[in-house]
Amino acid sequence: MSDTYTLYNSTVMDHFMNPRNMGDLKDADGVGEVGAAACGDIMKISLKIKGGRIEDARFKTFGCGSAIASSSMATELIKGRTIEEAMNFSNQEVVEALGGLPPVKIHCSVLAEEALKAALEDYVKRNPESAAPVAKPEPVSA
Amino acid sequence: MRNVYLDHQSATPLLPEAFEAMRPFFTEYFGNASSLHQHGLRVRDALKTARQHQAALIHAESEEEIFFTSDGTESANLAIKGVAYANERKGKHLVVSATEHPSVMNSVEFLEKQGWTCTRVPVDSQGFLSLDALRGALTPQTVLVAVHHVNHDIGTIQPVADVGRICTEAGIPLYVDCEASAGWLPVDVRAMGASLVSYSPHRFYGPKGVGVLYRHRRARLVSILHGGVQEGGRRAGTENIPAIVGAGVAAEVAARELDGRASHVAGLQQRLWQGLLQRIPYIKLNGPVPGPGRAPNNINISTEFIEGEGQLLLCDLNGIAVASGSSCVSKSLKISHVLAAIGLDHALAQGNLILTLGKDNTETDVDYVIETFAKIVGKLRGMSPMWDEFERGVIDSVIAPRGIGRSFSEHAAAVSGKPAHGS
Repeated sequence: MSDTYTLYNSTVMDHFMNPRNMGDLKDADGVGEVGAAACGDIMKISLKIKGGRIEDARFKTFGCGSAIASSSMATELIKGRTIEEAMNFSNQEVVEALGGLPPVKIHCSVLAEEALKAALEDYVKRNPESAAPVAKPEPVSA
Repeated sequence: MRNVYLDHQSATPLLPEAFEAMRPFFTEYFGNASSLHQHGLRVRDALKTARQHQAALIHAESEEEIFFTSDGTESANLAIKGVAYANERKGKHLVVSATEHPSVMNSVEFLEKQGWTCTRVPVDSQGFLSLDALRGALTPQTVLVAVHHVNHDIGTIQPVADVGRICTEAGIPLYVDCEASAGWLPVDVRAMGASLVSYSPHRFYGPKGVGVLYRHRRARLVSILHGGVQEGGRRAGTENIPAIVGAGVAAEVAARELDGRASHVAGLQQRLWQGLLQRIPYIKLNGPVPGPGRAPNNINISTEFIEGEGQLLLCDLNGIAVASGSSCVSKSLKISHVLAAIGLDHALAQGNLILTLGKDNTETDVDYVIETFAKIVGKLRGMSPMWDEFERGVIDSVIAPRGIGRSFSEHAAAVSGKPAHGS
């Protein structure tokens, strides 16, 4: 691959070609599906939550290479985190873990953050008792 | 891994004979065509021969009607701004089709900011412009009509001869952008009734860095680049002699091999589209069916439930070079304006891929593309929430509706209902 040119860096390409956690979760505890008004991409994240902690995560994405890589990386990062930690998850973490995204593709990582938070909100809605210790999610800034 | 280049609309490999012809003009015959000594006169002669080859390719009356620019974009800028400024006193109205190349669209937008007005003639779902609408758009103030011969995105062949007759009757100059047709389809500037025609030899095995603008000797055109009196005073700046020489050879070969090239790619076009259609469910051809209404080298498809950039990247990783009009590919995050103008559903526009064939592609190449692309579609659909939701009956297909579930667009709007992030 040394003389192959790639559109994205090797980490992004790896997560695009070999996505981690791709698919759906049977009996998911929370599912979030969000769309990007800007470009039309759609991302879905499913969570398995046990004892207030994210035990497993899966994604499905309709979108470009960096959208697929962002959702792959986001699901990797949030596994094992508490609900509270996950509620404070930021797209910046995805960008950093991927070793950077082109400026025009940063919104892909924002979509991953939004899909995760939508899945957490779905979980909280289904399990209102879990909401008590959770801080209200901060609005997403552009 | 097999390598299949299917982006001939963007660039083509230089013909070896063109390369050989160019070589001495970098080192030995380095003179400036404006110089009056042997070095200048030597290249001046080569320039004249190159002009003759271009004139022959497009059936111009004389090589004096051929102007060399740096590329297609410069030719379009010169044609539109040069005619607009030359006729400023007569009127400040322009007429273009809605699916012109960005170099035309953006030149027109620039003039609109300077006080010109422009009517964009709509196209139908196949990309054909409406002749009635075009006729109705002409006013006594109209100084230029700009229509492309073949659409750069979807391969639609416009009825340029009809447009030419309308313009001739009205006494309005017609500029025909032949960037996507020259070298692949016959271009006859006189049969078209065109006052101006532009094209780029790098689309038919010539070098980059040179564009051609044909101007009928009676068409008024002022320079937009100011300097010396190169190119009859219409385009200042030292000529790119090596590229012009190579372009001349490419034009000469193209004129000779035109029919053979066209029938070769037309056969591959049929094979490619039929193969894709048979192997991949929920796929759509954008633009006219292969045949007299479509350029023989262009296939523009939308594959439902998956996005175009991912398709392009996976094609590339499998040795297949293609283009896409998806919003994810564009730096502006907008779908191709051509796909928008033909009224293509946004979801389908996002799953867009453009494949342009060339003389060196083979049937084996095409079969490899069909098989590989079927696998790529399978992989991406496996990752797509939209495919899953379609299979579960949550959303419906745009291409072949089953009458179950809401439309993709309704679904996308519903899941994007949260405040949209910045763009």
